[in-house]
Amino acid sequence: MTELHTPTPTAPPRSQWLEIWTQFKSHSGALIGGLLFVLILLIVVVGPFVYWNDATVVPTGRDFIKLRDMRPIYHGLWDPGAKMNWAYPLGTDNLGRDTLARLMFGGRVSIAVGLAAMILALFLGTFIGVIAGYYKRLDGLLMRLTDLFLALPLLPMILVAAVLFRESLSKSIGPEGGVFVLIVCLIGITSWMPTARIVRGDVLALKEREFVVAAQSIGTRNSKLVLRHILPNVLSPIMVSATLGIATAIITESSLSFLGFGFPPDFPTWGRLLNDAVDRMTLYPERVIWPGLMISLSVLCVNYLGDGLRDALDPRIRGR
Amino acid sequence: MQFDEVGQKYKRTIQSDMEREMKIKTLLMGAIAATAFAPVALAERGADGQVNIIYWQAPSILNPFLSGGTKDTEAASLIVEPLARYDETGKMVPWLVNEIPTVQNGGVSADLTSITWKIKSGIKWSDGSDFTAHDVKFTAEYCMHPEGGCAQVTKFEGVTNVEALDDLTVKVTFGAPTPFPYGPFVGGESPILQQAQFENCTGAKAPECTSANFGPIGTGAFVVEDFKPNDVITLVANDHYRDPLKPAFGRVLFKGGGDATAAGRAVMETGEFDYGWNLQLAPDVIAQMEAGGKGKPVAGFGPLLERIMLNNTNPDPELGPDERSVVRPHPFLGDPAVYNALSLAIDRPLLVEIGYGKAGKVGCNWIPAPAAVNSDTFTCDVQDIAAANKMLDDAGYLDTDGDGIREAHGKPMKMLYQTSTNAVRQDFQALIKQWWSEIGIDTELRNISGSVFFGGDPGSPDTFQKFYADIQMYANTFNGTDPQSYLGHGLCEKAPSPANQWQGENISRFCDEAYDALYAELTNTAGADARAEISRRLNDIIVSKGGMIPLVHRGRLSAHANSLGGVKLNVWDSELWNAADWHRIK
Amino acid sequence: MLTFTVRRLILAVPTLLFISLVIFLLLELAPGDPMAQVPLTVPPEVKEKMREALGLGEPAHIRFWKWLVQFFWIEPQVLIDHYFGTSFSQGDLRVISWQTRSPVMDIVIQRLPQTLTVVGTAYVVAILIALPIGIYSAYRQYSWFDQLGTFVSMVGFSVPPFFSGVLVIVIFSVQLGWFPSIYDTTHVVTDWDSFVFQLKQMIMPVMVLALQITAQLSRFMRASMLDNLNQDYVRTARAKGLSEYIVVMVHVLRNSMIPVITVIALGIPSIFGGAIITEQVFKVNGIGQLLIGAIEANDLPMVQTLTFIFAVLIVTFNLIADVLYGILDPRIRYD
Repeated sequence: MTELHTPTPTAPPRSQWLEIWTQFKSHSGALIGGLLFVLILLIVVVGPFVYWNDATVVPTGRDFIKLRDMRPIYHGLWDPGAKMNWAYPLGTDNLGRDTLARLMFGGRVSIAVGLAAMILALFLGTFIGVIAGYYKRLDGLLMRLTDLFLALPLLPMILVAAVLFRESLSKSIGPEGGVFVLIVCLIGITSWMPTARIVRGDVLALKEREFVVAAQSIGTRNSKLVLRHILPNVLSPIMVSATLGIATAIITESSLSFLGFGFPPDFPTWGRLLNDAVDRMTLYPERVIWPGLMISLSVLCVNYLGDGLRDALDPRIRGR
Repeated sequence: MQFDEVGQKYKRTIQSDMEREMKIKTLLMGAIAATAFAPVALAERGADGQVNIIYWQAPSILNPFLSGGTKDTEAASLIVEPLARYDETGKMVPWLVNEIPTVQNGGVSADLTSITWKIKSGIKWSDGSDFTAHDVKFTAEYCMHPEGGCAQVTKFEGVTNVEALDDLTVKVTFGAPTPFPYGPFVGGESPILQQAQFENCTGAKAPECTSANFGPIGTGAFVVEDFKPNDVITLVANDHYRDPLKPAFGRVLFKGGGDATAAGRAVMETGEFDYGWNLQLAPDVIAQMEAGGKGKPVAGFGPLLERIMLNNTNPDPELGPDERSVVRPHPFLGDPAVYNALSLAIDRPLLVEIGYGKAGKVGCNWIPAPAAVNSDTFTCDVQDIAAANKMLDDAGYLDTDGDGIREAHGKPMKMLYQTSTNAVRQDFQALIKQWWSEIGIDTELRNISGSVFFGGDPGSPDTFQKFYADIQMYANTFNGTDPQSYLGHGLCEKAPSPANQWQGENISRFCDEAYDALYAELTNTAGADARAEISRRLNDIIVSKGGMIPLVHRGRLSAHANSLGGVKLNVWDSELWNAADWHRIK
Repeated sequence: MLTFTVRRLILAVPTLLFISLVIFLLLELAPGDPMAQVPLTVPPEVKEKMREALGLGEPAHIRFWKWLVQFFWIEPQVLIDHYFGTSFSQGDLRVISWQTRSPVMDIVIQRLPQTLTVVGTAYVVAILIALPIGIYSAYRQYSWFDQLGTFVSMVGFSVPPFFSGVLVIVIFSVQLGWFPSIYDTTHVVTDWDSFVFQLKQMIMPVMVLALQITAQLSRFMRASMLDNLNQDYVRTARAKGLSEYIVVMVHVLRNSMIPVITVIALGIPSIFGGAIITEQVFKVNGIGQLLIGAIEANDLPMVQTLTFIFAVLIVTFNLIADVLYGILDPRIRYD
């Protein structure tokens, strides 16, 4: 006779979030992406305080001619005669402003605008998409609203918003804060529609699945059902929208500034640096390469972060 | 069928461009010989094939009376022509007439109230019919029609009657003595339309005549073959052109759209196009394109002046809509010490070098051209920060709280500096902001899209007429060589305000009794020298009394292919004024 | 499904009318002036006269009513006249552009060919490339192919066309001289040589556009495939002994198409809408360039008409997408 042996768990049960973290850690892409993104954040946030050159100072007098159009120091590898100076590691622009300082300063704005606008668009899009997909009664109305927003021309909308809100916003939160809020809201409000349509499409299919029907039949409340059962299953298109959204937001910001509804002209952002340098692309390739690289790198990081997060949150993949 | 031909021709042009590239050395060595042979190319009409022109603003319509946009007027100048033009030196030359009427030759009446033009005989419209004085008379009626919304109606200002005395004589009568009677029918903005074609298109019906507006019949060297609005025009040589040997080119491909950089690249680097219009690019960008070796830039100077306008009223946002930028004075800009110091702190030669290169000169005067009207009172090509600082110190504007910014009447001297979006202007803003920070004046920069800034929408706070800023930068000019109406922009009564829906031309709201009195004198003075003298004095008043800070006297910079001969850049008239003489250098 | 479609089509009419009203009000509110491009040398009084000649003096509701009549009543008559040689529209005023003083629809028709060829080709190319890439990337997740695909598509998407467009021009037109930098809209394909020329002038804009669209589509395809590859039904299918090809290409693909169909349906109206920046960079001068030009010049009738046509396409293709959902996944029920 053998006694029935019940195996007692030796380790305490692990929380769900710990599981997710373990899975996330094992995703090397996500880890590298995350670290790199933190590094970029550190550089753009702390960099301007540590770095010795100011982003907006234009040299005057005799210095101007001496300091303008300086090449980056690595340029010396193949062209030792070029105009270089160790004090300006990435060179200067046509007005003698330091490129590295402008990149760091511009990164702050671009990343802040990109993240904030992306989160706003994602929140709006997911919310409207889930509601429209789940509640049949609201579907028609919300999707026609989506059609309306898709059809509205972006430019006149921006012009109207700027006229209506710019002065009052800058009065209440200061000129730069006002512009920031305005830009984030504008980009967010004009880019949630694809996310909403995609999420709704998925929700329409999901809510007929067995597990949702099962959850409904045991009386799960709608809000719980949406949060626990539906949302985790539409996470992957949302993550893709997030990565694409951050790139779009950074670029859109530059075209807003170009129109004169963004930050003041002496306020660098990555999109603007790229835009300004296109004319001199062959003469000074570094001026397009660096901002372009920074935008791409940030977007790649967010993409890998999203990949890792998606894998970590998917219980079917977790632990494999 | 026609399209097909154009495509083939276009392709052939590209191929011949490639061949030319191979021959480029031979060409350079034999440059002198080539110029000597150039007239041979004119041996036959249409012998030189196709010429490709690119305008980065695309023409929308070919009837200059309905648009007024430079791109439309210039494209139309290939087709329709005025009675007299300005040449590249700004001199008036007879075009469809025998001579320029003057008081001396009896063409202008002694009391200055009428001018009589005598049309050259034998001129034909491109449909083969005769060009007569009745067409000229009709053109005046067309533009002066009250419901037509004619863009060039100022050309006909003061005209009371236009009559055709006979088939080749037309007399224009003015309501008052007009010292400068060369408004109507002179210059690219005031060409002659054919009566037969536009007869049923006057007044409110003007926009309905699409085919006429898109393909006017003219006396010029070319005829419209196909017009795609805002995109491309194809033209062919006019069979009835008055000179049987011209034009040397049989076809014109006139492409529009894109940006100045792309146009410059297509002419000077890839050689796809022969002529690129108005390349507003930084000098180093132009120089790099020129290194492409396929074409060269040409510059010409008219009266275009890039300037900083000083707001003579108070733009404080706390003021209500009826007072902001309407009530005088400005908190501190009205003080000569302030605006002179601001001007002294600017390094104009550097601005020219950075922004315009060959297409710019230091500008100290509101009216920098023509030469007779250009005042020599001021010099402004030396920057002196120390002197500017001293000027402000002496005037009592001191930095009392030690933040690096001076105070005027207890308030920090901060200014909002706005301009339109344009790479060069944003560079200027950054430079000037830096210089002014060194004399203790803080500047906030703003750039506004040109379509809003220069649009006159009274509902927008961002137009240059509203001037909701302390200072703003833009360029302005006048047509022809007589600055009278341009000088009128300095009159008190022309200041924009809510009362006139912000539609005045006195953007800086300058107001000076002496100026107004002297302007009245100008309107009653005849004789070129006397008029020029008064104009110079008016210029001096505006500049010295704080209407504006002149920055750069800007030229027009265009580029043409090395193989395109006969180009004479004209800033006083259409750039394409002498397209009939253009030819291929072989 | 049929009743659903019919109901939606009927509902589309008030929706579109509402959208057109919102667009009109938006344009009305937006600052801007059709005289902005007239040089400063033309005095303000003359500009005021020109505005009146454009009909700007009339109150807004009358202008909106006029546009409705012109667009929904007169323009269809013009179309009928064009095809059947009748003369219903004789003497009626059509929607007239303020820039060109000519009927808006004529210009739209004139611009369609180049937009459809360039943007349409880019879309077809992008779909043909993106779907296989997305499917294979998901099937072999984290393989070198997947990593490369991720890298290229993310970089491709984050580089804006105002930069990538100029970059390819500098490389292929200026340095190598292979392709023209300016698109010739007057070119007509008649024989082999002209076809080759057409290909040459199309290749750069199509490349730049297709890169963006491919990046977007392949990411959604991949994500959706990944979601489905681990589902129970896939295991079941494999257990039944179905071939791997059938499992992936039939079972998984069909269930993964919903988000991809959504993205494609959102994108097709933009084929007609043109690609604004790409068209500008390459001087394709299609609908996108027309729209941006009209917005800059404040040509309200043109902007209104173009955005409205765009709205019609959006509503239509979103409806088509909804119908396709039902076909792809029969469990989806709308009624």
